[in-house]
Amino acid sequence: MASDEERRAREALRKAARFGDDIDLEAYSEGSRELAPVGSLEELPEDTKTTLLDTGIVPSGKGRAGNFLLMDNSVVHSAVMGEGVELMPLSQALKVHDWLKDYVWKAVRPDTDKYTAETYLENADGYFIRALPGAKVRMPVQTCLLLKDRNTKQYVHNVLIAEEGSELEVVTGCTTSKGVEKGLHLGISEFFLRKSSKLTFTMIHNWSEVIGVRPRTDVVMDEGATYVNNYVALKPVRSIQTYPTAHMNGPDGVCRFNSVAVAHPGSVLDLGSRAILNAPGCRAELISRTITTGGTVIARGQLVGNSAGIKAHLECKGLILSEKGVQIAIPELEARVPDVEMTHEAAVGKIAQDQVEYLMSRGLNEEDAVGMIVRGFLDVGIRGIPEHLKAEIDRTLQETDVRRG
Amino acid sequence: MLEIENLTVEVAGKEILHNVSLSVKSGYTTVLFGPNGSGKSTLLMTIMGFSGYKVRSGRILLNGEDITHLPVNERAKRGIGMMMQRPPNITGVRLKDLVRVASKGKVDIAKIAEELDMTNFLERDVNVGFSGGEIKRSEILQLTAQNPCLLLLDEPESGVDMVSIEKLGAKVRELLQGPSHCAGWRERSGKAALIITHTGQILDYVEADRGYVMCNGTVACSGNPRELLAEIRKMGYQECIRCKLNQPNLVVENVASEG
Repeated sequence: MASDEERRAREALRKAARFGDDIDLEAYSEGSRELAPVGSLEELPEDTKTTLLDTGIVPSGKGRAGNFLLMDNSVVHSAVMGEGVELMPLSQALKVHDWLKDYVWKAVRPDTDKYTAETYLENADGYFIRALPGAKVRMPVQTCLLLKDRNTKQYVHNVLIAEEGSELEVVTGCTTSKGVEKGLHLGISEFFLRKSSKLTFTMIHNWSEVIGVRPRTDVVMDEGATYVNNYVALKPVRSIQTYPTAHMNGPDGVCRFNSVAVAHPGSVLDLGSRAILNAPGCRAELISRTITTGGTVIARGQLVGNSAGIKAHLECKGLILSEKGVQIAIPELEARVPDVEMTHEAAVGKIAQDQVEYLMSRGLNEEDAVGMIVRGFLDVGIRGIPEHLKAEIDRTLQETDVRRG
Repeated sequence: MLEIENLTVEVAGKEILHNVSLSVKSGYTTVLFGPNGSGKSTLLMTIMGFSGYKVRSGRILLNGEDITHLPVNERAKRGIGMMMQRPPNITGVRLKDLVRVASKGKVDIAKIAEELDMTNFLERDVNVGFSGGEIKRSEILQLTAQNPCLLLLDEPESGVDMVSIEKLGAKVRELLQGPSHCAGWRERSGKAALIITHTGQILDYVEADRGYVMCNGTVACSGNPRELLAEIRKMGYQECIRCKLNQPNLVVENVASEG
């Protein structure tokens, strides 16, 4: 007999998402669930390893507490190297931990939209990560979601639990194999941060021109929990629509979302971040820095203040480097009690000419001056990013074509 | 080195400089006096080539080459460097990175930063949250790295506290003169400067060879900088304006005799 949840999911199969182009799910075939496992990421073909490296995933696993690789819809690798952390496919974790069923699909509702509904009904696999109570996991866990075959849709369902007093860093690289132009990625992520835990989560999106991406992320935070979310999308992509949300349910929680993105010609990036401050003393900061070189960026942000004594700031800044580019900044502040301090700052426009000329007066040519300003502009959005990823992102930034069109 | 010939400049549709002529000889430090709003900064911004400063007529010559319409970076490449009065904030660009690019890797950044008490600022974003004095030191740091032949300094002493002005003055002197204080050496070094000063305080630290007084967008007078300063301190700029009105040919004669 179908559960109530399942029935609602079925009813939501045609429910368009609130934001973003409505993607036809029928246009893609389901990615394989039967790809052969690999013993180590080092065994992957050279070009795949390069693809992984570009998203901050180290194939050797050196300096990492765990490796996880989902290819199309198959978990092909999952290994724990560090202490204090569990990492395995969600399907396996559900067999190991009886209590886990109380977490799955509790942060993200299956009937949110057609993407969550289909992912739910397809019983998608993904990673299960758990930082054990009190464990300060020294090295980051790295996970990679790779679209391998063309015209494929990938379903992912991730659950992460940071137990009381634990500290954990996770790096997720989402990318495609070379030559895969068309594809669809649906990724559900449910994070639970228990009392006084800390999670730094960095997601690097390196898709390609004809990939559609619809991640759905909800983070549930208990008292004194700290959540840092870094999001980086510098490569061309067809369409991304995402709106990760932190539900700050315990007092004195801290969350910070940092996002940097470049919309290349043909790309539509609809990127939001939301913090719902439900308990006293919670603090949130949402920072986004976006650039268009010809694509469309919609930078959304929402702060909801439901409790007294909260403090939150939202900042979206966008640069338009091309005549064809579009920047839309939509910051929202919603306060439901009087004693809150909520602010926002939004600005879109071209690079200030006085800045360009100032650098030129130091001998830089115009192109280099613009490049330096643009990289600096984006740098503000990734200052919270872990050191070990900086070099990689800096390199990508150097390669990113930010010339004014 | 620098010749300004009958320069008329417009900013936002309004004529600010009227038929300005002056010259800065190689190896000479020239100071520009004048009350607020007289057009001194406009002149420097125009020489550096910033957009928004529109040359209606006249020419700017650098070592005989007409640079009136060259882009800013081409002027920098030819050896002009400027200390701005109010440089823009550049969020996200660290001072050390700008200094490194300006120096083309030729100077010891840590050393010059230390000499200017700027070590702690190298990791900061360019000009963001800098005080007036910190901006001056940051500008001098960048100029030292850049090492131009013609320095344009817009009020190097303003907003600087008494302790810092010693260091700043010493650094400006070093930039202009190198280790020697001898005028002959300076001339051979080929460095020249055009320094705006409202108070003349910078003259306590830097030897100047020539002075100009600007009033209402024109050159009112020129001569020995210390004598000019003494006059200005005694009589105020009003006297310069009155004097200019009475002797319209004075300036022309002065410029001609320098040629």
